[in-house]
Amino acid sequence: MTIDVALISRLQFAFTMSSHILFPSFSIGLALFLAVMEGFYLKTKNSQYLTICKFWSKVFALTFGMGIVSGIVMEFQLGTNWNSFTFMVGSVLGPLFTYEVLTAFFIEAGFLGVMLFGWNRVGPKLHFFSTMLVLIGVVISAFWILSANSWMQTPDGAVLKNGQFIVTDWKEVIFNRSVIPRYVHMLLAAWVTTGFVILGTSAYYLLQQKHLEFSKKCFSVTLAALFILVPAQGFVGDEVGVEIHKDQPIKTAAMEGVWHTQSGVPLVLFAIPDQENETNYWSIEIPHFASVLNTHQWNGTLVGLDTVPKADRPFVALPFFSFRIMVGLAGIMLVIVLWGAYLFVRERLYDNKWYLRACLSSAPIGFIALWFGWITAETGRQPWIVYNVLKTDDAVSKVDLNHVLLSFALIILVYGVIFGYFYFKFLFKVIAAGPIENPKNSDQPFSYMGH
Amino acid sequence: MDYLAAGWISIIAFCILMYVLLDGFTLGMGIILPFIRDQHQRHILFSAVLPTWDGNQTWLVLSGASLYGAFPLAFSIILPTLYFPLFIMLIALLFRGVVFEFRLKSKGTETDKWDCLFVFACIVATFMQGLVIGTFVNGFVGSVKDMIIPAYNWLTPFSVFTGISLVFGYALLGATRMIIKTEHELQERLYNIAKFALFCVWVALVIISLWTPFVDEFTKNKWFHSGHTAKLAILPFITTLSFIACALGLFFKRERVPYWTAVIIFCCTSFGFGYSMWPYIIPHIVTVWQAASSHGSLVFMTIGASIMLPVLLGYTWYSYHIFRGKVTDVIEY
Repeated sequence: MTIDVALISRLQFAFTMSSHILFPSFSIGLALFLAVMEGFYLKTKNSQYLTICKFWSKVFALTFGMGIVSGIVMEFQLGTNWNSFTFMVGSVLGPLFTYEVLTAFFIEAGFLGVMLFGWNRVGPKLHFFSTMLVLIGVVISAFWILSANSWMQTPDGAVLKNGQFIVTDWKEVIFNRSVIPRYVHMLLAAWVTTGFVILGTSAYYLLQQKHLEFSKKCFSVTLAALFILVPAQGFVGDEVGVEIHKDQPIKTAAMEGVWHTQSGVPLVLFAIPDQENETNYWSIEIPHFASVLNTHQWNGTLVGLDTVPKADRPFVALPFFSFRIMVGLAGIMLVIVLWGAYLFVRERLYDNKWYLRACLSSAPIGFIALWFGWITAETGRQPWIVYNVLKTDDAVSKVDLNHVLLSFALIILVYGVIFGYFYFKFLFKVIAAGPIENPKNSDQPFSYMGH
Repeated sequence: MDYLAAGWISIIAFCILMYVLLDGFTLGMGIILPFIRDQHQRHILFSAVLPTWDGNQTWLVLSGASLYGAFPLAFSIILPTLYFPLFIMLIALLFRGVVFEFRLKSKGTETDKWDCLFVFACIVATFMQGLVIGTFVNGFVGSVKDMIIPAYNWLTPFSVFTGISLVFGYALLGATRMIIKTEHELQERLYNIAKFALFCVWVALVIISLWTPFVDEFTKNKWFHSGHTAKLAILPFITTLSFIACALGLFFKRERVPYWTAVIIFCCTSFGFGYSMWPYIIPHIVTVWQAASSHGSLVFMTIGASIMLPVLLGYTWYSYHIFRGKVTDVIEY
């Protein structure tokens, strides 16, 4: 591996993307939570719900702002670092991004101000309407991005002409083969991820014996939602797996560590894959299960990595391990949700210290699962950037290596300091300050700054 | 098809102008911040832009996305060629955005530190934007090789000068806009800052107008040898009138006049810039027609834009409408 523009551009993209994805995911989740809570408030007029809205709005504002600014970098980076790619797919993906901005970003950005600062400028119904629009905005936005990414995995509805893709059918481009399961998978991931943050924060307050009413409400609503969302994510994830096997069998082979085409493939729980010798070491297996999971048949056939030349294979260890980490974390999440359900039935939900501690420490679990899920998806399709058409290494811009090194160094520095340190510092500050349960403040949502 | 490409370059130009006008005053607020010493007054200024600033930068995102969709060739060549200034601008914008958020959550001397960083980020982002504009006026030298213009140098005396000029330009937008949003002492202060900024913009614009014909033969011919010189004279004429009106507005303290005349100055300058570029999208290498996306893509984008752009302008106006008027108190989340 030599240090060249392609490698640094890959690392830079991976780094900026991994940082960026956290914020929109958290925003998508919080937008739903806030909309539901505000709906409850409108219905019941219980001021506790308003307190919840106000508190999580602060977190939302901080997170959403980070998402916007880190997103601008993502958009322009495509052109600066991957111009052969943008040239080839511009007619296809460019319009999708334009639609994203036109249909989603402006709704979010336009009504975000009303949602955050408009409490006493507009009526409660109009305010709720703004919150709903922000929710719709983030959900639509996620769709366009997933549509664009899925098209790169399953490039339908377009033909290559003179080195550029020309769209033959927009419906096939937008609703390409893989987009629906992947989109639902992503939405659920965002909601589950956010759910665990809310659960963890509430558990923290409960352990501290602070803001008890507030925390119990947040905790119970979120746990109930997760009780549905986590198992649902399991089913959708399975659906995504089946879809991948149909359209990108080599990705499946890398995820499952299948080197040679065979039927009745065992599920490898753990192994060390060896790219060079096309084999797994120290493998622990469950017979037939990889076939069952990916094809839903006991003796289903999985295509092996050896069906494509070595140069066309992904670096197996990355999707292989990331996939296992993601699924493992999903298992932990399921345990937490079922444990919570058990405690709820026994009516001991809020006083079991060990359970609350478990919830607190699993606050970031969703983000980690989300990361590894995307790492599986994106490394598993390598070396292709547009599947089976354009290789990632051929897509890179022929820019000066020094410029790319400098931009990457600056990005690491700025992102590291800003997102890695200050975002969390302020997030924890908001959490430490806690919700404002003063009813006077609920009437007067613009609290004065400083003194 | 030709009309569609021309339409889309107009839409992109419009989006960039919207960005310049809207984020321009937000960045401008940051540029003039060092001249406002009082902590409370600074809070007021931040509160004045707080509810709408998220939407402002979205115009930049829309410009980028539209350029990508409608002119993929231009997008793919311009961005890597201007890799360095663009990246510095992006990082500065990112930095500006997060500092904005963090500043609101800090107190006391910590706020002062965030303010310094905020000012720095605003100036760097603005300067880089001006640099990119100057680069376009200069015209790209060299030829396209591997979809990039390798010999091209974006750092010239002219582009540095346009960079500095834009800093003054945004300062003017920021100061005049803030005049509308504030009152009393703070407003007095802003009147004085705006006067200084206006003077600098005037000097800068005169120098740029005189300098441009010398840096670029093509532009010179378009303005002086195309037979349109008389008609084009209307642009500097309106600009001069706006300058005078702006100065009068500042001296006689007519709150709204300075901002809107500054907007007219920006519009005229942008129109002049657009005329100088036309029909090139990468001067003087690739034309709008050569860079245009496939017909189907342009049609598809046009459908979306013709429905959504009016709606979008509608609620941009609406969110400004809700938060209209003077900011008298500091707001936070």
